[in-house]
Amino acid sequence: MRFSTFSYSSLGKKIYMAILGLLLVSFVTVHLIGNLALLSPDKDTFNKYSHFLTHDIGGIILVAEILIFAFFFFHFLYALVVQWNNWKARPIGYKKVKNAGGASKKTIMSTTMIYTGLIIIIWLVIHLLNFKYGEEVMYTTKDGMLIRDLYATVTGYFSNIWNVIFYDVVMILLALHLSHGFWSAFQSLGLNGPRFMKFIRGFGYLYAIVLGAGFVFIPVWVYLTIGGAR
Amino acid sequence: MENNNLTIKLKVWRQENAGAKGKFVDYTIDDVNPDMSFLEMLDELNEELIKKDDLPIEFDNDCREGICGMCGMVINGTAHGPKSGTTTCEVRMRQFKDGETILIEPWRARPFPVIKDLVVDRSAFDRIMVAGGYIDVKTGSAPDAHTVLVPKENADLAMDMAACIGCGACVAACPNASASLFVGAKVSQFALLPQGQPEATKRVEAMVAQMDEEGFGACSNHGECEAVCPKNISILAIARMRREYWKASVH
Ligand code: HEM
Ligand code: FES
Repeated sequence: MRFSTFSYSSLGKKIYMAILGLLLVSFVTVHLIGNLALLSPDKDTFNKYSHFLTHDIGGIILVAEILIFAFFFFHFLYALVVQWNNWKARPIGYKKVKNAGGASKKTIMSTTMIYTGLIIIIWLVIHLLNFKYGEEVMYTTKDGMLIRDLYATVTGYFSNIWNVIFYDVVMILLALHLSHGFWSAFQSLGLNGPRFMKFIRGFGYLYAIVLGAGFVFIPVWVYLTIGGAR
Repeated sequence: MENNNLTIKLKVWRQENAGAKGKFVDYTIDDVNPDMSFLEMLDELNEELIKKDDLPIEFDNDCREGICGMCGMVINGTAHGPKSGTTTCEVRMRQFKDGETILIEPWRARPFPVIKDLVVDRSAFDRIMVAGGYIDVKTGSAPDAHTVLVPKENADLAMDMAACIGCGACVAACPNASASLFVGAKVSQFALLPQGQPEATKRVEAMVAQMDEEGFGACSNHGECEAVCPKNISILAIARMRREYWKASVH
């Protein structure tokens, strides 16, 4: 089969989406683990981690950033193309649609992937502007390094309850996206079987809950301990 | 004997022809025997319509015992009606309440244009089959059973896949009007058997290409198709089709 045939087919596009989705899953997982440094009472922990990523690993960070950007961009692009074709496939809708239940895996999560996804990408731009490209406050660590105080930017941002709520709502939407997306990616890749189906669906839900809870918890913790509720 | 007969209100999609603008038309039909099939109920209504010099409601059907795959309507928002594992012809009127309003719509999908009323053109499925849903073999006398070995599990699974009657309910129920379950079943029934191997890569490539060409949507793994499939074909057939596609991609 020609590479272009594969790439333009409905199956190929979903296979790419699934691979990109799982790459994004690995990225957000690592991102969450990194964010746990915010829980340390010593602000140097988080700031040194951030400094390490941006200054101490050389060109790797640039490559990583370009790759992660590409994962988002192409997952987003394929999402638009696939969704558009799916809408076109039914120009006249039904007067009534009832979920069939039984063996169906259709949920509010599976039918809103495009909306949760679009909100995530809009939020992502705001997120980057707030933090990565946000105010650069410099300070000196206890061991005398002059580095960026990203911790101050983050905790400052989350001292506003509305920022906490906005962030957490989007994180819940991300968890909803993944509660369908996680197992769906395996099915899209053809990696599924009668026993694996039960496991991967359960694991997908568990993953979505743990990831969502982690991302939701950190700003709440920051708000309660050092932010607005200080 | 006590009379349990039902009065049923219907809201039926009526459409003159492929080009016409259709609309829902209300009917009331009294004295429906609960043991009647859904299609018999429509037959009764059609007789009344004919007596009144009205045009009868057109709907596809043939065997009326769930094996041919001709019938198919979306009944109250579910393809083939409320019970899973049945075709429209297997739906019985006792599944409805006295006085209930039943909404009847045709399959809705771009590749399945309405021809008249509840009849849609499903020749898109035929073209997918023509693209690769067969094996080229010399037919002659049957070979000895042990010349081609088939594991029992594969034979059983292939049989499950071959149960597909091509009714199109999977497309009708899919939010994306995807034909993945149909094509998945047709690809799998050959992929599971030795006889399907020589043409395996060619087949999946051609059938998927035709499926896309017809304008069906992509599969988002909602699984509504499996839930309405009269033969309960699992969406694992779709996963198998994707594995076959992977294999074909490196071929
Ligand atoms: C950038 C904005 C995003 C958009 C617009 C978006 C959109 C979508 C859509 C529409 C689907 C369903 C495709 C289908 O089955 O038809 C999907 C699937 C998926 N998404 Fe996203 N998404 C976005 C971000 C993310 C993120 C950040 C992650 C992971 C952390 C993710 C992970 C996944 C996964 C794993 C799937 C399943 C893929 C499959 O079934 O093949 N998505 N996305
Ligand atoms: S009429 Fe043959 S399956 Fe319903």
